[in-house]
Amino acid sequence: MATTASMPTERESRQHGRFSLSNGAYRVILTVGAAIFVALALWFLYAIVSQARPIFDQLGVGWVFGKVWNPNHNQFGLLPFILGTIETTAIALVLAVPIGLGTALALAYLVPPRVKATLGGAVELLAAVPSVVYGLFGLVALAPIWRAHVEPFLTSVFGWTHLFSGPNDGVGLLLAGTVLFIMILPTVVAISRDVLAVVPREQVEGAMALGATRWQVLRKVVLPDARTGLLGAFTLATGRALGETVAVALLIGNSDYIAHSLKSPAATIPSLIVNNFGEASGTELAALFGAGLVLLVIGVGVNAIARVLVRGKTGAAGGAASVAVA
Amino acid sequence: MTTLTFDASTDPILERRRQIQGIARASVSRRKTYSKIALGICWATLVIALIPLVAIIVYTVVKGIAAWNWTFFSQPTKPEGIPGGGIWNALVGTVIIGAVATIVTIPLGLLGGLYLAESDGRIAAAVRFTADLMTGVPSILMGIFGYIALVKVFGYSGLVGAFAIGMIMLPIIMRACETAIRGVPGHLNEAGLALGARRFTIARRVIVPAALPGILTGGLLAIARGVGETAPLLFTIFGTLYTQWNPTKVMNALPLVIFNDSSSPYPDQLQIAWGAALLLMVMVLVLSIGSRLLAAHLQKERR
Repeated sequence: MATTASMPTERESRQHGRFSLSNGAYRVILTVGAAIFVALALWFLYAIVSQARPIFDQLGVGWVFGKVWNPNHNQFGLLPFILGTIETTAIALVLAVPIGLGTALALAYLVPPRVKATLGGAVELLAAVPSVVYGLFGLVALAPIWRAHVEPFLTSVFGWTHLFSGPNDGVGLLLAGTVLFIMILPTVVAISRDVLAVVPREQVEGAMALGATRWQVLRKVVLPDARTGLLGAFTLATGRALGETVAVALLIGNSDYIAHSLKSPAATIPSLIVNNFGEASGTELAALFGAGLVLLVIGVGVNAIARVLVRGKTGAAGGAASVAVA
Repeated sequence: MTTLTFDASTDPILERRRQIQGIARASVSRRKTYSKIALGICWATLVIALIPLVAIIVYTVVKGIAAWNWTFFSQPTKPEGIPGGGIWNALVGTVIIGAVATIVTIPLGLLGGLYLAESDGRIAAAVRFTADLMTGVPSILMGIFGYIALVKVFGYSGLVGAFAIGMIMLPIIMRACETAIRGVPGHLNEAGLALGARRFTIARRVIVPAALPGILTGGLLAIARGVGETAPLLFTIFGTLYTQWNPTKVMNALPLVIFNDSSSPYPDQLQIAWGAALLLMVMVLVLSIGSRLLAAHLQKERR
């Protein structure tokens, strides 16, 4: 890497060396580049906030926690959608944490090196599959199975918890949450594996030399060392699940009421925006921007926590992949 | 005082040793059993994780291939309920929107990345944190931002879609470039400075070429992410049935076709959706795999 990146030869200098910028001008150009980005970010924030303002001016802050969404009666309760967002994300995480963690451990420490490279690459590629494809797969392939098999089965086994009351529709909270789980799994595994792989070798080998079994090494040395980074990986995935729009909009059944069971149709903040933005105007439009602002605060908050946790926990090589994957 | 006599069967030290060995043996076998069970669970989760991921790939390939034929690629989309048609207009839209977003965001992202890599201090840290936060903004918000900021003024167009997609790509590219540039050994920079080269020359002739594999990987992955986004296009490009090459006009795009057709009751539309899903997946995978191969190739050439 270092050799060809050396200084240009004399001939090359004559060919290319005429055009250069003074240090000051170069500095200015870089700063302008960064400033354009910051300006875009501020413009984005300003646009969302200023569009959302009328609803806060009109209804204060209380509307965010209202239970009823009925634009015709000027009711813009966001609670059903906030709950829907939290519930789908929770279902995805309940599945993704154990399965993602186990898979990442297996990928980082158990599978043979050759398989590891192939599987690792495949997982990273899956993280790039567009979410609308997951939505299509969920709607066409999984929804009928959920309706005919998964939901009746869960109802018969866990019916006493009242979590699975109501008809078996296929679409609903459960399906949306499951597909979100499938969608965030590659991201979770790819980042967790990077985090697990950078646990210092001496510590792993030291534990092995003390007679620890492979599981003890993973449980007592690797996992504690990687704890913060893993937390970051899952927080990052949480942010992704919270903000997912099209896949959820296709799968959740889109109901404006608070779900009473895991099989119920529901809606999330992004699916609310997708389904209503096209026809909304006036106060409803402001309410949708207000919903967007709530989503932004939740999403950015979660993401900020994740970034702080993941930062410095992966190596330079893993870092680039993690940034892109995330 | 007692006399010390040696009797192996009653010797307390040997007896203790036997005890300890017994405990140790039990401990080892218990720990080994635990280990086997726990590792078995890890293997099981790996298999559980692979099932849906393999299923989605296989399902999309099988369903998508069935939709692929000459009409699918050469004809524009038909209105719902009318059989036939293809995705040519959406493919053109996706390529042009992706290209416009790429042409604008790659240079801008590189400048931003260079800025972040070459600056320390509070302002740079704030810019970096802003970039991190922007990568976490839900993509639907970029869609409604594009609508309110540009559609309201200029109307629906491919350019607005490219803007919304670019807003998602830019922070990813900036951070990827920064990571790649920070990975360049510091002595290369110092050697350049010692030779009296200007910073711009060093960046252009030394740093960026050395960081190129990382920059390209990050850039291509950002493009892969960008072309697969649906939500930012929903309220920006409108989605037309005509094949439109001019990005200042309303366009269509593959993710939009998939989203709109996926809940269609007509089997023809659904088949188009699967074909488009496979095409989009292939495009994204080619970009991802391509970025890796290109990075590996450049790395190898260097040595």
